[in-house]
Amino acid sequence: MGAMARAFRLPDLGEGLTEAEIVKVLVREGDLVGEDAPLLEVETDKAQVEIPSPMGGRVERIHVQAGQTVKVGDVLVTFADSEGTREAGGATPQLNNAFARGGPPSLTRTAEPARVTSSRAGIGPVPATPATRRLARELSVDLRAVRGTGPGGRVTDDDVRAAASPTSRPTPGAPPTDEGERAAAKPLAAVGIEPPPLPRFEQWGPVERQPLSHLRRTIAERMTLAATLIPHVTHFDRADITDLDAIITRSVEPARQREITLTLTSFLLKAAALALGEHPRFNASLDPAAGELILKRYCHLGVAVATDRGLIVPVIRDVDRKPVLEVARELTALAQRVREGKASLDDLRGGTFTITNIGTLGGTGAIPIINYPEVAILGVARARREAVVRGDAIVPRLLLPMTLTFDHRVADGADGARFAGAIVRRLESPEQLLLEW
Amino acid sequence: MVMGDLVREVDVAVIGGGPGGYSAAFRCAELGLETVVIDDGKRLGGACLYEGCIPSKALLHVAAVLGDAERVRECGVDFGEPRVSLDALRKWKSERVIGRLARGLAGVARSKNVEVVGGRAVFEESRGLRVEGDEPQKIRFRHAVIATGSAPSRPSGLALASERVMDSTAALEVPEVPERLLVIGGGYIGLELGQVYAALGSRVTLVEMTEGLLPGVDRDLVQPLARRCERLFAEVRLGTTVTALRETPAGVEVTLGASPATFDRVLVAVGRRARTDGLGLDTTRARPDGRGVLAVDERGCTADPHLWAVGDVTGEPMLAHRAMRQGKVVAEAIAGRPAAYDNAAVPAVVFTDPEVAWCGLTEAEAQRTGRDVKIAKFQWAASGRAATLGRADGLTKVIVDPQSGRVLGVGIVGLGAGELIGEGTLAVEAALTAEDLAVTIHTHPTLSESLMEAAETLLR
Repeated sequence: MGAMARAFRLPDLGEGLTEAEIVKVLVREGDLVGEDAPLLEVETDKAQVEIPSPMGGRVERIHVQAGQTVKVGDVLVTFADSEGTREAGGATPQLNNAFARGGPPSLTRTAEPARVTSSRAGIGPVPATPATRRLARELSVDLRAVRGTGPGGRVTDDDVRAAASPTSRPTPGAPPTDEGERAAAKPLAAVGIEPPPLPRFEQWGPVERQPLSHLRRTIAERMTLAATLIPHVTHFDRADITDLDAIITRSVEPARQREITLTLTSFLLKAAALALGEHPRFNASLDPAAGELILKRYCHLGVAVATDRGLIVPVIRDVDRKPVLEVARELTALAQRVREGKASLDDLRGGTFTITNIGTLGGTGAIPIINYPEVAILGVARARREAVVRGDAIVPRLLLPMTLTFDHRVADGADGARFAGAIVRRLESPEQLLLEW
Repeated sequence: MVMGDLVREVDVAVIGGGPGGYSAAFRCAELGLETVVIDDGKRLGGACLYEGCIPSKALLHVAAVLGDAERVRECGVDFGEPRVSLDALRKWKSERVIGRLARGLAGVARSKNVEVVGGRAVFEESRGLRVEGDEPQKIRFRHAVIATGSAPSRPSGLALASERVMDSTAALEVPEVPERLLVIGGGYIGLELGQVYAALGSRVTLVEMTEGLLPGVDRDLVQPLARRCERLFAEVRLGTTVTALRETPAGVEVTLGASPATFDRVLVAVGRRARTDGLGLDTTRARPDGRGVLAVDERGCTADPHLWAVGDVTGEPMLAHRAMRQGKVVAEAIAGRPAAYDNAAVPAVVFTDPEVAWCGLTEAEAQRTGRDVKIAKFQWAASGRAATLGRADGLTKVIVDPQSGRVLGVGIVGLGAGELIGEGTLAVEAALTAEDLAVTIHTHPTLSESLMEAAETLLR
């Protein structure tokens, strides 16, 4: 049997994630690594994760370096044959070496030896004129990821502009398979809107240009996608949480003794999960291409967490099936992992509905943008003691303002009002529902 | 002189007035940055203008005319034996050529408000330097551009302190036309200057350590030049290393292979070394490597965010036109523009007779890396223009990507190759295909047709 080089490509990272930034390469060329040994540390849209080796063997070539952004399907590492032997080191390793040299690593894109299908020149400078390359730098477009439509695969100004428009961003990164292209092209192309050119601000005073961080760019792209694609509608409501607040206040100390930080958010999560059970339409995703609503038979809830790097939404699984104390415990641990940048990919994906609590920062209410491809998001502001008329008396009660923002393609105003009411009802009568919790 | 307290503040301090330095300084000034150039000679132009590209090309022009005068005998014209007046030649070179260009650069600097400070710059920290020499002062800067260039390197075995042993700088002064000249080094400097002295009347012996002239360049491009050198020079010795020089009353004695030989003068042209010694870089975060070279990112920034570097100090290829492009990139990057030195092709030209020029991917590089390419060649023997010039000793080749047809590299040897390579460089830089070259109308009869002809063979 001849020596076979095997390429390891960036695996599918889960919904919506098309690229990752290499933080650290943990092996060196020539190293022998075992299966599941850590190979690389990457930062995705949401988390910093270690990528384990899918196979054992000798690392023949490392195709990436720290700081580089790689797409799903890009070759990360090539392994020599599993035995690490060289006895039949004929054609394949040589083919490999063909990609090894010539130019600085950042300008070198390597093709997988086993299956070279792209007609575009795989190595050497990007086929684009200097003016096009300047345009790409201005628009922060990675020319290597753009498919050139000009003669000989030349990348034109139009190609660069198309790649720069936010809705088409995922497309260039998609692996060049039929499936990948179909999946990425479907609903996004329909909403593509070219932003008009910016004025030259320098004419009014000095400016400074700051490149967007990876996370910031991701947030910008996803928010633009959601805000452009989804017809948002928002329902306003208020929950009287006087009784609930009393329960929380009484339970904080016993909970702390079990090393659990008990907050309103845990109860919000639980109430929302139970309401979602009654209104499954809000625990779903719309498939516009198929014309179907995908109802999820699980209830994984995202919680928006502000970090110094930007907004991150970790996910707590099966909230409907867990006691509220367990939800609180998981939330505490999860928020900490996220703030320390240690969240795993699984911590961050698979959500079905999102809650954002801006109460700690003040304000009287906010209308959040739906976390695509979910259907709805609950926004909660700061609870305030207000004068409430009960019978003929005015009593002070603690009121929690909340907004339910949902996809009008999936649900109508009446549905939203009923779903919000189901949440409010649970928050307002904690004793009755204690068993449910 | 107590200048220590007087600290001048500028946006950009450029160290070195060569092509990289003045290009950076001029562009900085255009972008509204207050810029000074610190140059030990208090002048702009650098090694290129004073001891490199320009004087060597002036002398090579004279050598080419002498060569043409000899060749034209075949056409029935005889000028007789040329008489060369060295004084007049030196005066023309320094006044009419160098002097004129130097005045031009000084004028541009004045018009752009770029001041040139005379002296040696020594960094004291990442934001400040002192100037030693004629105009001592301290300068604080937001950014500094290191453009100190390179100097001829002299291996210790060849470091004989004698005016008979010259580096390229000394040889360009043409102190005399020695009867017997030894040129050590078969790279572009040794070949160019060897041809100058041979044309002026010296018996030139050229030794090269490797097995061929112009190491690294495609052999088929070197061959016509090698043939010419064999006729022009007394001897070309390949695979020969000179380890020691000894001065005797008769000249400089050199052991070549087994036997000693004596020469009136020796030109050592074994390469150039980046000039970063004595710059005080240890007070900054920028660190040159063992060869004195500073590593830079694609904008030209060193490991120190306030220090930038352009030109020969950033390593090979040590070419003025590369430095000029780098200088402009650095200036724009400092001004906050999204600039990057991302050029695909840096043309290289050996201004010998015949000239050798190439850009982008070479055949040798493609072979070395195992890259699959298609190569089209056009021999000038089939060129009408080459025939009318009596110069069929030429070859044009185009290296393309077999799948896309994209031009990856161009190589030319022959009369005027240095001018012809411009079209090839544009083709590589703009990602043109062989078809683009083939269908573009080229003037007939010119040597530029050779590019079209070569490209056409790929379309058949």
